[in-house]
Amino acid sequence: MTVDVTPQAAAASAPASANVSRLAFRLRDYGILAAFAVIVIALSVSTDTFLTRGNLVNLLDQTAVLGLLAVGATVCIVSGVFDLTASATLALSAIIGVKIVQVTNVYVGFAGAVAAGAALGFVTGMVVTRSGVNSFVGTLATSLVYRGLAVMVTGAAIIYPPAGLAEDFGMLTWPSLFGLTSATIVFVVVVAVIGVLVARTTFGRRLYAVGGNAEAARLSGIRVGSIHVSAFVISGICSALAGLILASRAGSAQSTMATGMELTAIAAAVVGGTSILGGEGAVWRGIVGALLLTLIGNGFNLLGWDTIYQQVLQGCLILFAVTMDRWLRRRSR
Amino acid sequence: MTTRVSRAPAISVRGIGKSYSGVPVLRDVDLDIAPGEVHGLVGENGAGKSTLLKIVGGAIRADQGTISFDGEQVSIGRPRDAIAHGVSLISQEGALVPALSVLDNVFLARWSHRASLIRGRADRRRLDELKELTGFAVDPDERVDRLPIGAQQQVEILRSLARGARVLAMDEPTAVLSEHEKENLLGLIRRLAAAGTTVILVSHFLDEVLAVADRITVLRDGALVRTGPAAETSPRELVAHMVGREIDVLYPDPSPVPAEAPVVLRARGLRRGLVRGVDLEVRAGEILGIAGLVGSGRTETLRLLFGADRAAEGVVEVDGVTLHRHTPRQAMAAGMALVPESRKEQGLVMVRSVAENVALSSLPERRVGPFVNRPGERAAVGGIATSVDIRAANPAAAIETLSGGNQQKALFAKWLLRSPRVLLVDEPTRGVDVAAKTQIHHLITGLAADGMAVVCVSSEIEELLALSHRVLVLRHGEPVGEYPRGTTPEVVIAAAFGDDDEGASS
Repeated sequence: MTVDVTPQAAAASAPASANVSRLAFRLRDYGILAAFAVIVIALSVSTDTFLTRGNLVNLLDQTAVLGLLAVGATVCIVSGVFDLTASATLALSAIIGVKIVQVTNVYVGFAGAVAAGAALGFVTGMVVTRSGVNSFVGTLATSLVYRGLAVMVTGAAIIYPPAGLAEDFGMLTWPSLFGLTSATIVFVVVVAVIGVLVARTTFGRRLYAVGGNAEAARLSGIRVGSIHVSAFVISGICSALAGLILASRAGSAQSTMATGMELTAIAAAVVGGTSILGGEGAVWRGIVGALLLTLIGNGFNLLGWDTIYQQVLQGCLILFAVTMDRWLRRRSR
Repeated sequence: MTTRVSRAPAISVRGIGKSYSGVPVLRDVDLDIAPGEVHGLVGENGAGKSTLLKIVGGAIRADQGTISFDGEQVSIGRPRDAIAHGVSLISQEGALVPALSVLDNVFLARWSHRASLIRGRADRRRLDELKELTGFAVDPDERVDRLPIGAQQQVEILRSLARGARVLAMDEPTAVLSEHEKENLLGLIRRLAAAGTTVILVSHFLDEVLAVADRITVLRDGALVRTGPAAETSPRELVAHMVGREIDVLYPDPSPVPAEAPVVLRARGLRRGLVRGVDLEVRAGEILGIAGLVGSGRTETLRLLFGADRAAEGVVEVDGVTLHRHTPRQAMAAGMALVPESRKEQGLVMVRSVAENVALSSLPERRVGPFVNRPGERAAVGGIATSVDIRAANPAAAIETLSGGNQQKALFAKWLLRSPRVLLVDEPTRGVDVAAKTQIHHLITGLAADGMAVVCVSSEIEELLALSHRVLVLRHGEPVGEYPRGTTPEVVIAAAFGDDDEGASS
């Protein structure tokens, strides 16, 4: 009594309805790319500066920090947790990096910053999974601790690498492959690695399962706690890299770096179409979301619009994206 | 019970149609239900009975057609019209506020008040009257989420009555109830109907629909195929209408256990919470049924065996491997598998695809380094999906788009990919249509015939007795008897209740 209904057969039995639902499916899945394309085309047509090499290199460089944080946020949200420590981890690991640079060299300092980001992510993860507190609350509290530690370590002052190393410290702003900045290259490589990790590995499968239904995942033999800790570690590494990019640009680090940016990162993930409920989403979506939010700022500059309206537009875009997502989901049910 | 045809129908439905994403789930349904009638609505999963019920209850909106309450046509699918006409929907999901008390839930948003101050004492009196009417015994001050599911349903019924419901639309009200609670509920339905309340009852359990309904409507693929008096109908006839053909509703007989079959699963002194010392042994090829009332520790015993909850005391032995205070991972490594009670909450990741769900518990077996071996996975999932007959248009579609029966089969498939030695199944056919139910029965007996040791918990006593080689009866978390194949349901139910009165100390 086996009946295998192939997609073709199903489509043949109800062609019109299948087309409608498939269209809704596509829109839901790739609508965000269409929106992105529309903005790119609009800016290309309305300005002669947008489609220049300089502007595009600049745009990607600007996206790198938010993009890295959005990737970390996406990994966490997919697994069913929020990481509100992202920007505090960014600041604290960048500060630790500069401190290490002061006693060693730039390379050791950068590696130390990334290690610090991973370690902070691990601590955040352990706090959340061991205490059993909701991640939103748990990471909010942890972020205060990290921010406070950053103030303590720096004495609330701006800290700099030694004068002799200042030039090397700015290496992430240097041009690199294809004329892109080193920061962009770091960003692209990290995105590619994490993208593959999430989409293609057994770890990625577990991540989605834990976010979609933690109890079902546990009863399928998945260690839910360690998946969550891993997600926080990945987020911590992304934060540290973003912190290095900011510090390298500024030539310094301080305790107030990127304050509030963890929320923009979550917004970017959601604008890209990652479900806030967990279990659904993708790394590329976080990137598209970050690009979109950055593009708005870029567009305001190029069009010479008054930037006081920028935040209003960004807020509207987030609302629009989330509303569309909800609407398309309901239609396709 | 005679239906009063002199008055306008309580509910009259004409040409109702509803589609989801272009797929029709109801087509051109006409139905009249008289005041004071108990009307049964049956059909396979996906036949459209819940959809019809929700349209009548105002929870969802129909695409076409008209609805009249008491002869008065109302606009389609507006909840306020349904409520204004005293139609109350009691759905499977439940609509209670978990953190509020029974009292607050019963009178939700309709508390007695004077000058905006809530008059709890007046509500208490009203609740006492309702409890007397229904025979329900619930503590008005208990938080609803601390009540067992059967009592939560009673709260919903009390609320409907408190709102003066004249039509009760109930979706699978007995699915979560024990035999005893079920009898009480059916008795209540009869009494309410005698007092003039109209009841629409959606249920998979044909016996109870036949026992309580005045008339029964059968839906198939969204269309009404038959409406008629219950008195002139047999279960076999209903099933034939539901599936469109006569099918064998008989249970498969399990194959005899070979005399030399070794004991594969052994548990000693399991204890935690409701479970107060359970010993059991299951041999290869044997199906052990666990019977008991709700709260007797049946589900909890299975969970302790699998390590879903950590036992306070006791050991589990699988194939010579001893497990003590183990985790699900350790249980799986020893060869156990658990098909849990609730596929939505414990079994499946509803937003993920059929293929991902089926592959989830055996991920490490198909990997290349850290990567998922996707062709290997497709082949493995495809193979097992064919052998358990999962009917999915597209294995990449989210599993929540499948019918309950196919979801349940996918849950079995997930574990069968691991070829376990011991299969623990909890309510294997809950919320599953008749055809899929029979398939799952054959699947379970087939797996046992191939040498798997099976432990099965089911609230459906006939199912349990038909499938099991032996039935272990639990009462208050302790085994009170073990019965061989061929024992009658009455004997097992008597044992589950105990010879003496309920709750008597022993």
